[in-house]
Amino acid sequence: MIKNVDFMGLEEFLSEEEKIIRDTTRRFVENEVMPIIEDYYEKGEFPNELIKKIADLGLLGMTIPEEYGGAGASYFMYGLACQELEWCDSGLRSFVSVQNSLCMFPIYQYGSEEQKKKYLPGMARGEIIGCFGLTEPDAGSDPASMRTTAKKVKGGWVLNGNKTWITNSPIAHIAVVWARTEEGIRGFIVERGTEGFSTPEIKKKMSLRFSPTGEIVLEDCFVPDDNMLPGSVVGMKAPLSCLTRARYGIAWGAVGMAAYCFETALNYTKERIMFGKPIASFQLVQKDLADMFTEITKCQLLVYRLGRMFDEGKANHVHVSMAKRTCTMMAYNVAKKARELLGGNGISLEYHVIRHVMNAETTTTYEGTDKIHTLILGRYLTGMDAFR
Amino acid sequence: MKAVCFVKSVPDTETRVKLAGDRLDKSEIKYILNPYDEFAVEEAVRKKEAGIVDEIVVISMGPARAQEAIRSALAMGADRGVHIEDDALDGSDAYATAKVLVEAFKKEGGLDSFQLLLFGQRAIDGDTWTVPSMVAEMLGIPAVVGIVKLDIDGNKATAVRMVEGGEEVFEVELPAVFAGRKGLNEPRYPSLPNIMKAKRKPINKYSLADLGIDASTVGKAGSFTEVLKYELPPARQAGRKVEGEPEEVVEELIKFLKEEVQVL
Ligand SMILES: Cc1cc2nc3c(=O)[nH]c(=O)nc-3n(C[C@H](O)[C@H](O)[C@H](O)COP(=O)(O)OP(=O)(O)OC[C@H]3O[C@@H](n4cnc5c(N)ncnc54)[C@H](O)[C@@H]3O)c2cc1C
Repeated sequence: MIKNVDFMGLEEFLSEEEKIIRDTTRRFVENEVMPIIEDYYEKGEFPNELIKKIADLGLLGMTIPEEYGGAGASYFMYGLACQELEWCDSGLRSFVSVQNSLCMFPIYQYGSEEQKKKYLPGMARGEIIGCFGLTEPDAGSDPASMRTTAKKVKGGWVLNGNKTWITNSPIAHIAVVWARTEEGIRGFIVERGTEGFSTPEIKKKMSLRFSPTGEIVLEDCFVPDDNMLPGSVVGMKAPLSCLTRARYGIAWGAVGMAAYCFETALNYTKERIMFGKPIASFQLVQKDLADMFTEITKCQLLVYRLGRMFDEGKANHVHVSMAKRTCTMMAYNVAKKARELLGGNGISLEYHVIRHVMNAETTTTYEGTDKIHTLILGRYLTGMDAFR
Repeated sequence: MKAVCFVKSVPDTETRVKLAGDRLDKSEIKYILNPYDEFAVEEAVRKKEAGIVDEIVVISMGPARAQEAIRSALAMGADRGVHIEDDALDGSDAYATAKVLVEAFKKEGGLDSFQLLLFGQRAIDGDTWTVPSMVAEMLGIPAVVGIVKLDIDGNKATAVRMVEGGEEVFEVELPAVFAGRKGLNEPRYPSLPNIMKAKRKPINKYSLADLGIDASTVGKAGSFTEVLKYELPPARQAGRKVEGEPEEVVEELIKFLKEEVQVL
């Protein structure tokens, strides 16, 4: 049901509103982002002007109720928007995923009424940008081994530690930081400007260059009691519930990435003449095209059903793991095939495909690597934990 | 004052036209709100934001999918929709369409209720450019088609049209029909919260019977024109390259323009 690639006719199962959201997001990225993306990607920058435009579209706080400035949309709609955003760029989709699933969701789900009122409307307007600090230099796939601590003191907490590979940290106004307390892991909202809080940018990335990434350094950083997320039960459950939502969006996004690469390869091979014929007329090329088309279609069916299950409360984190793992790896393979079919042009940012190939290096890694999601499925099937 | 926008569901601008025999193959077509109609809706919404208009009604005639076009207009900020759907409407030309739109408009209160009637100047599918003027004629009110500017002051409107080498400025008494084109405004992207709100906005449904229209006066039977068949344009011929020294090239080009194209 992405435009032009809908072999199984999923379009007829979309509501009017769902189609409008998808088409509006597509038009937005076509008009506002595609014309500028190659330059920003090459420079490794994110255009700040874009934030207000994204917010005006209502893409920040999509699933948050209207009373907190959100749109009150479904997760299916969130999925469609992610798909169209990542048709353009994974970094663009990441910006929206982080704000929605990793920052607004925990504040909405685990925050106090005051915290919700204080942060959510401004976040929906794009005036407050958030980031999510879970990963640490020595705690990636095993975030429960984190070393960042929160020590109870009079009137608040003192945070110490390092978070790394944090999307949006260099531009964020607030960070949702997960830290170890005496009872276990809890979530805190740290505002920029707090003493001892800094966010050095990570440079020299060769993937997700449209998305700012950085560290979060916490040095005797005092946050008042009011900034602890009171509803986050001690442990990994709360941060993992955020990741489930973000991973869900990544699965949808991957379908968008793959569709872009496939469409580009299809058009290119039909027009590119070699040995006196369009290269699409050669059997080996047709095999690649048929494979790409089939793999995308399989993943479309997967995310379509997952989206409906998510809104019906029937999807769990294992469903999401299967979709995240399968769709990002599918997109990775489709993007690489497309790059190959474009020959030398395939490595130029002008054709956008190499950008997707590079981005797929991140989408198959963050929010649980391919291997980690494989192990989650393995544990589900066998009841045996193969992580350690 | 109240405004009405007439809108149409048309194939997406990126549609690759395919034929099944001498008919259109509609199986893979994706439909959108006619881009020109977005200028009409945007203008109405801006007039509402400026406090000039207090209600915007969107009227569309067409099969079930017309409701999607109406919903898109509601998501941009219109207040409610009217959808005329009837199997007997199939094959209606511009004239029959205008007749039906006028009846639906009257049913909603007509000229007693609405002062501003907005259209896009053309629909990108049939491309007849005629429905706005026909509706105005049937209602006996003025029409300005192809406007790039619309100012309203009381019951007077000033509308501007681009003509070769300048502008044409019209002063029109309301109610009147205006049909917009590129330049009138920059249509907004419907925002997600507004799309969600559009879901709850009402759409009235009318059949021909509801409008008291005799089926024999619309559709194929009630139309002056009929599409006999569709044909794809002939495939483009390969170009010809003229090579050589500048003098030779010029000479050959002139010969070509004189003898083969016969424009000189
Ligand atoms: C661009 C980008 C943005 C990011 N944004 C954020 C963010 O906003 N917030 C945040 O908290 N984090 C973020 N991350 C971090 C990301 O989630 C981690 O990089 C990821 O979880 C992997 O952790 P790691 O890099 O420490 O790799 P490691 O955990 O060290 O893994 C290295 C390799 O070992 C494998 N491995 C690990 N454990 C096992 C095992 N038990 N069995 C088999 N193989 C195993 C992994 O699959 C991988 O191949 C981001 C990362 C990137 C690249």
